[in-house]
Amino acid sequence: MKYYDKLIFELSQPGRCGYSLPEWRWEATCEDIPLSLRRKDVARLPEVSEPDVVRHYTNLSNMNFGVDTGFYPLGSCTMKYNPKINEEIASMPGFACLHPLQPESTVQGALQLYHDLGRALSSITGMAEFTLNPFAGAHGELTGLMIMRQYHMQRGDLKRTRVIVPDSAHGTNPASAAVCGLEVVVVKSKPDGTIDTDELASLLDDTVAGIMMTNPNTLGLFEKEILKIAEMVHGCGGLLYYDGANFNPLLGKVRPGDMGFDILHLNLHKTFSTPHGGGGPGSGPVGVAARLVEYLPYPRVTFDGERYHLIGDNGKSAGRVSGFAGNFTVLLKAYAYILSLGKQNIRLAGALATLNANYIKESLKDCYKLPIDTLCKHEFVFDGLADKSTGVTTLDVAKRLLDYGFHAPTVYFPLLFHQSIMIEPTETESKETLDAFIAVMRKIAEEAVSEPDTLREAPHTTPVRRLDETTAAKNPVLTYFEM
Amino acid sequence: MSYPYFPHTGEDIAGMLGRIGVKSLDELYADVPSDVLYGGEYDLPDAMPEMEVRRYFDNLDRKNSRLTVFGGCGAYDHYSPAVIPALISRAEFLTAYTPYQAEISQGTLRYIFEFQTMIAELTKMDCANASMYDGATSAAEAMLMAKAATRKKSRVLVSGAMAGNVIEVVATYMKYHGVEMTVTPLDNGSTDIAAIESELQNGDVAGVLVPSINKYGVIEDLTGLADAVHGAKALLAVYSDPSALAVLKTPGEWGADMACGDAQTLGIPLNYGGPYVGYLACRKELVRKLPGRIVGATTDIDGKRAFVLTLQAREQHIRREKATSNICSNQSLMALYVTVYLSLMGKEGMKRVNDLSYGGAHYLYKQLLATGKFSEAFEGKPFLKEFTVRTSLPADKLHAALADGGYLAAMPMGGDLVSFCVTEKRTREEIDNMVELIKRIEL
Repeated sequence: MKYYDKLIFELSQPGRCGYSLPEWRWEATCEDIPLSLRRKDVARLPEVSEPDVVRHYTNLSNMNFGVDTGFYPLGSCTMKYNPKINEEIASMPGFACLHPLQPESTVQGALQLYHDLGRALSSITGMAEFTLNPFAGAHGELTGLMIMRQYHMQRGDLKRTRVIVPDSAHGTNPASAAVCGLEVVVVKSKPDGTIDTDELASLLDDTVAGIMMTNPNTLGLFEKEILKIAEMVHGCGGLLYYDGANFNPLLGKVRPGDMGFDILHLNLHKTFSTPHGGGGPGSGPVGVAARLVEYLPYPRVTFDGERYHLIGDNGKSAGRVSGFAGNFTVLLKAYAYILSLGKQNIRLAGALATLNANYIKESLKDCYKLPIDTLCKHEFVFDGLADKSTGVTTLDVAKRLLDYGFHAPTVYFPLLFHQSIMIEPTETESKETLDAFIAVMRKIAEEAVSEPDTLREAPHTTPVRRLDETTAAKNPVLTYFEM
Repeated sequence: MSYPYFPHTGEDIAGMLGRIGVKSLDELYADVPSDVLYGGEYDLPDAMPEMEVRRYFDNLDRKNSRLTVFGGCGAYDHYSPAVIPALISRAEFLTAYTPYQAEISQGTLRYIFEFQTMIAELTKMDCANASMYDGATSAAEAMLMAKAATRKKSRVLVSGAMAGNVIEVVATYMKYHGVEMTVTPLDNGSTDIAAIESELQNGDVAGVLVPSINKYGVIEDLTGLADAVHGAKALLAVYSDPSALAVLKTPGEWGADMACGDAQTLGIPLNYGGPYVGYLACRKELVRKLPGRIVGATTDIDGKRAFVLTLQAREQHIRREKATSNICSNQSLMALYVTVYLSLMGKEGMKRVNDLSYGGAHYLYKQLLATGKFSEAFEGKPFLKEFTVRTSLPADKLHAALADGGYLAAMPMGGDLVSFCVTEKRTREEIDNMVELIKRIEL
């Protein structure tokens, strides 16, 4: 990686152009719009040539690290390999040119994709039906909670406004609940990292809309008492929501529907191999049990055995959550992945992810503190270095990993420990890669003793080094023209 | 094992299981109650080699029809230059996560900073995020922002001239968040400003959402609205097509507190409705209420210029249920489409795109009126690339007949109203051919 310091605005020269547009061919121009409705000045967009643009963004890309660059053990983010065939399919001109409001008869292929992918996800998760409209995991959570509330509202059960969220949950869970107008009640974890069912029992009453669970949870631990929890929550009239951010280890092994979950979202950009794109676009389909199907958001795709249809509001739906029908080209990629897995390879996906995680855990637990020493699923959490005497922090370890060509794990999450290092390798990493990572993690643990300052000042080899985040937040400079 | 995405050999697995101290892969699931381990067969096709996967999608592709697009309604057929896919597909951008580790994410952080700058320039607002999924959800987030910023207020006003799907998404968010929403009436195809002013009298309004180009394609005159909204201690959000803001009066000039909309018009293909990218920009005083990821400039310990995710104290991973929103992702890659597009187009290109669209749309408008089958819908209302006319033909049948002829056009807008849209991609020949077809249509 090489440091490159330009912003596109700094390459601008008046009179230069990077566009190629047809010659003038009409009579009327925007000058005919009344002056009072036109902007006064010209937006300060850059004036650059096409080669300038290509080189600039190529240089920027050289300061970035992706899954294709190297190992990316970012916990709870499931940074698996993003197959290339998926990208080629998603960019097929026949798909890219479809307008979302084309008549049904002209988009039968697109609608079939919704139907086929929905069916596949139902089979994989044990849910009755899916909406593919939500744009991301957090959007899926919000949509799922809307369905939960709509279910209670439609039954006239209006006092159910509380939702139970474990203290180990992803931050989006309580945030989604708040956006959805629900009051968040936190249930604590036991020392073994799983939900305290005694405390849960004390929280359950007729004001509870449901519980949001991640299983395996953010410690990578399977909630063994899930069937009991499901019985307890259903017993009080609540619903169970499954946060699919951690579904990867269950792929091909366990179906959330069979655990008693009523609503779930999946992150297609995690479990189903679509690329994260630097943070998006994702896709967060929501699946529901049979009794909740009528509350799914619209538009919905249906199949009458011959033709596919796009249907609108049925009067009971939770509502519309997306301008159109979700991130279609992301759905294409996810289905391409599912077709390649098929009913055979899916059997191994979750198991190999779990194998990789346990292998790293067992190989490092002598030099990093493992607070809960048990089988994990796709990820696990260390509480910093085993030897606390050096003062070297989780942040130092994370930054030093960058020097050695690895992306850092998720750090300081979950909040249950002070020095959390959350490692998720995924199934697409080879034993050699894991061994190389293990060797570097061990070396860093040694460096913490022998040369702690090297770690405190890490990284040393990256295009930029540790940043002044305090000044950035105190005096925010958010656009080029403020610099 | 012969599956290209799993690197494990049998020997690897055996060795790894040995280190873990278990005998089989199944034993890794010893903590899962046997009742929930799935023993059945998945209802999935047999695993497909790559060439069969391709065949499935080729087959799907053949079941769709490519239409010549003369329809808009929130998704616009602008040209996307070849440079965009070439840069977007760079794996360093495509396969990266959210830029948490700033030291190895300066590429993503820099282009988001450029995106924020460009959106702020187009909207004439102070700052912007790069985190909105689409236009409709950006409008909903703007209203949530208004509610959060004005605290005790309990209601939002949405112009009935906003696109129907956007109103419906805002309505959904407001319903569950516990905010009342009133859709205000139209006057001659435009937002009725007086009706909004009258609603503001109640004093309970947190936010007002109006379009700068409305669902009929009419360019709105928002004179006086901002003063009325601010007089009632509410916030104003203006929803715009950012491409058009290169020529039209901006949300900032109208006095808006927030600007929102969909930036699909800036280089993103139609994609059957997604992925697109919404934007949400605001005045600096409101930045701490802005949802999603925000990139700021700073320096590293060696004094080098660098960029970082900032103002994170607003966000869900720190604030949990007290966060300004639940947004976790940023629509980063789609923001890159927009950033590269605007870099190529520049000042002059954006003017040209709008002029070409304007000229083509006004040419089509005249040709349609000349057929005698259409008439003016809203007297004297200016439009840019999208317009609505009354038709003497049955609207739904006209729309279907044009689709049979290979055109997405005459979008049904209720009753005898239909809308058309022309971008720089449409040629005179395409317009003339469609008008000829319309002349021949007997319904």
